[in-house]
Amino acid sequence: MENTRRRFLQIAGLSVLGFGARPVLDAVAQSNQAQYMPGPNALVGKRWAMVVDQKKCLKAKDHCKDCVDACHRVHNVPTFDNPKDEVKWIWLTAYDHAFPGEENKYAEDYIKDSLKGLPFPVLCNHCDNPPCVRVCPVKATFRREDGIVMMDYHRCIGCRFCMAACPYGARSLNWRDPRPFIKTELNREFPTRCRGVVEKCNFCFERLSKGLKPACVEACKDKGLVFGDMEDPNSEVRELLRKNPTIRRKPQLGTNPQVYYIL
Amino acid sequence: MYNAGKIIIGIIIFLALILFPVLYNAGKTATPPKLEVGTQEKQCVEPIAYMKSSHMQLLDTWRDEVVRNGKREYISSTGKKFDMSLQNTCTKCHVKKDQFCDRCHNYVDASPKCWDCHIAPPEKQAAPQEKQARRSND
Amino acid sequence: MLEKALTGNRSYFGWVAVLLIILAIGFLNYLKQLGYGLGITGMSRDVSWGLYIGQFTFLVGVAASAVMLVLPYYLHNYKVFGKITLLGEFLAVASVTMCLSFIIVDLGQPSRAFNVLLHPTPNSVLFWDMVVLNGYLFLNIVIGWTVLAAERKGAPPPRWVKPLIYISIPWAVSIHTVTAFLYAGLPGRGFWLTAVMAPRFLGSAFASGPALLILFCMFLRKYTKFDAGWEAIQTLAKIVTYAMIISVFFVLCELFTVYYSQIPEHMSHFNYIFWGLHGHGNLQPWMWTSAILAFVAIGLLINPKTRNNEKTLPIACAAAFIALWIEKGGILVITGYTPSPLETITEYHPTAPEVSITLGVWALGILILTILYKVALSVKEQSVEIPH
Repeated sequence: MENTRRRFLQIAGLSVLGFGARPVLDAVAQSNQAQYMPGPNALVGKRWAMVVDQKKCLKAKDHCKDCVDACHRVHNVPTFDNPKDEVKWIWLTAYDHAFPGEENKYAEDYIKDSLKGLPFPVLCNHCDNPPCVRVCPVKATFRREDGIVMMDYHRCIGCRFCMAACPYGARSLNWRDPRPFIKTELNREFPTRCRGVVEKCNFCFERLSKGLKPACVEACKDKGLVFGDMEDPNSEVRELLRKNPTIRRKPQLGTNPQVYYIL
Repeated sequence: MYNAGKIIIGIIIFLALILFPVLYNAGKTATPPKLEVGTQEKQCVEPIAYMKSSHMQLLDTWRDEVVRNGKREYISSTGKKFDMSLQNTCTKCHVKKDQFCDRCHNYVDASPKCWDCHIAPPEKQAAPQEKQARRSND
Repeated sequence: MLEKALTGNRSYFGWVAVLLIILAIGFLNYLKQLGYGLGITGMSRDVSWGLYIGQFTFLVGVAASAVMLVLPYYLHNYKVFGKITLLGEFLAVASVTMCLSFIIVDLGQPSRAFNVLLHPTPNSVLFWDMVVLNGYLFLNIVIGWTVLAAERKGAPPPRWVKPLIYISIPWAVSIHTVTAFLYAGLPGRGFWLTAVMAPRFLGSAFASGPALLILFCMFLRKYTKFDAGWEAIQTLAKIVTYAMIISVFFVLCELFTVYYSQIPEHMSHFNYIFWGLHGHGNLQPWMWTSAILAFVAIGLLINPKTRNNEKTLPIACAAAFIALWIEKGGILVITGYTPSPLETITEYHPTAPEVSITLGVWALGILILTILYKVALSVKEQSVEIPH
């Protein structure tokens, strides 16, 4: 054969291809062996949503925080001393904070009397058109097929663009290491988060994959929180929407939030 | 050459600094640490050789499948089913993190960040009811 | 050519030493922040962007202002700017470096910063911000350095620099348009949701950058052998005048829309910064200072006698720069979050470590600028400029 530079380069190129073949074969060989399945008892839905029946909330005594406590306990949510570092996934707030702009001095009697002025639970709305997902530069927050807006804590860089984008203030950054501030008993089945990542309600996807309802829904003694699949015409949430007028938070922004409130 | 004295001395100092780790450890053999597996189980999620070489890739894949693809169950090449969870499945058998995971990681100077968030098994066999508020490992 | 930055008189080295000290203290505080978390700053759950992102926002405008020298010189043959286009390009390099540094110090998990490259997300404005900022930095470093090296050799720069220069003109506009789009596309923040956000950024960029350049040129005229020429300075001053007027006009337009439509979601933020809201008003002194300084600057700049005067022009430029620095570097970002989407108010106070880190990044940028200007001036002193 000719000993030219061209020949040398051709042989070198073929050798590189040859060396590269082995890892490719290895990778292909592995993929046939392992399989990944959803949980065997997982709840399956096409569009998860929640209905908050504020009238049912009345039956619990004032200062009831069962939904908040359950969620924060199950997910190892920290309780920081400094209010500016606060992390919360679900919390209770007054009518004019949950629905700013709706308050009206003539119409507030209903809220004060019939609803006894009790606070409203507010959480991530798992919007159908979420602005937080639109802005995340690394897809650390993303919308699942079944509607849940998820957080990938492994990928989050802590830029907080999602916190700016959320019109509902649903997201919290871990301004400090949360572990020393987990005041509830540690739930060993769920991880904590590290400092510098954003977290929020995840519709208890880890419980759904085991066939359980979200923690807040289970914890409400008066069954004031109802969770279900909006695409299932026979689900409890659809039934409630058929029978009751509902409002959502800031629907005019086009986010299509999926937490409905029955006043 | 100009400044030959300074340059040759400089080269010698450079070589001494660069080769210092090699010369310091010359003649010593490095023994891999002995790991306490933590369980009597003979079979891990995958064959042991694979786990030794690729448990990092396995965990990465599990992470993406659980968080990003909504999966939960892993059917391994042995045919058994496992819940894809570092802190619920792996640590069920490997109960002593410092005698298993940490020994090898310290030996190869790897510091995986998993335990910043994923809860390691308790260092002592404490009662489950005990309140645990632990500092993270960095 | 960098070796020219290693020689200088006592004041030069004294200045560099001061900058290095501020940089070192800032760096130590950054290490503290890495250990403690971003909680060491004054940012909170409600006001999740603060001084760092504010400074980044302001500096993006300063960086883009290089185009105000490049455009007249290269596109319209305005030879008067020949001596100082390089100063604008080097200012852009220092500013963009500061911008990127502010973003890095603001990240909660900076070790994961490369995720933006590993998982590109074209629907995210932050992704494009990363692209355009790094691109602009690269463009200005290459253009500035090549042109300077050519000047040193007494030859015209190589031909491939021209297309890069032409690209840098729309690219400069893109960097602050994209940065404005970070804010202007968020549905939940009424203060930022305005079409005039990007034009406002352009206006304040073309006022603050050239104002700073004028101050630099006048300083260099007095203390070094470099004379940009009074005509160049006057043209820059006219640019600052018009840009300042346009910036203020845009803000007045905002005030009209907000106060005539009376929509609370938009109005409440302006109420907060001008008049205070529900007893909270720690931004009021800043807002009024910025407003007054802006009008003082316009007053001094509109009048040709004060614009042409060597004593009043620097005052006008400093007033313009400070007014815009307050407005873009602080008020814009914080007010977007106050009141929150739930109409609660959490006030923001930067903490000492936060301010120190900010000063450290500024010191880094000014140090880079000092070194680049020292190199540029040393080369220019010994060379003959060839128009290109």
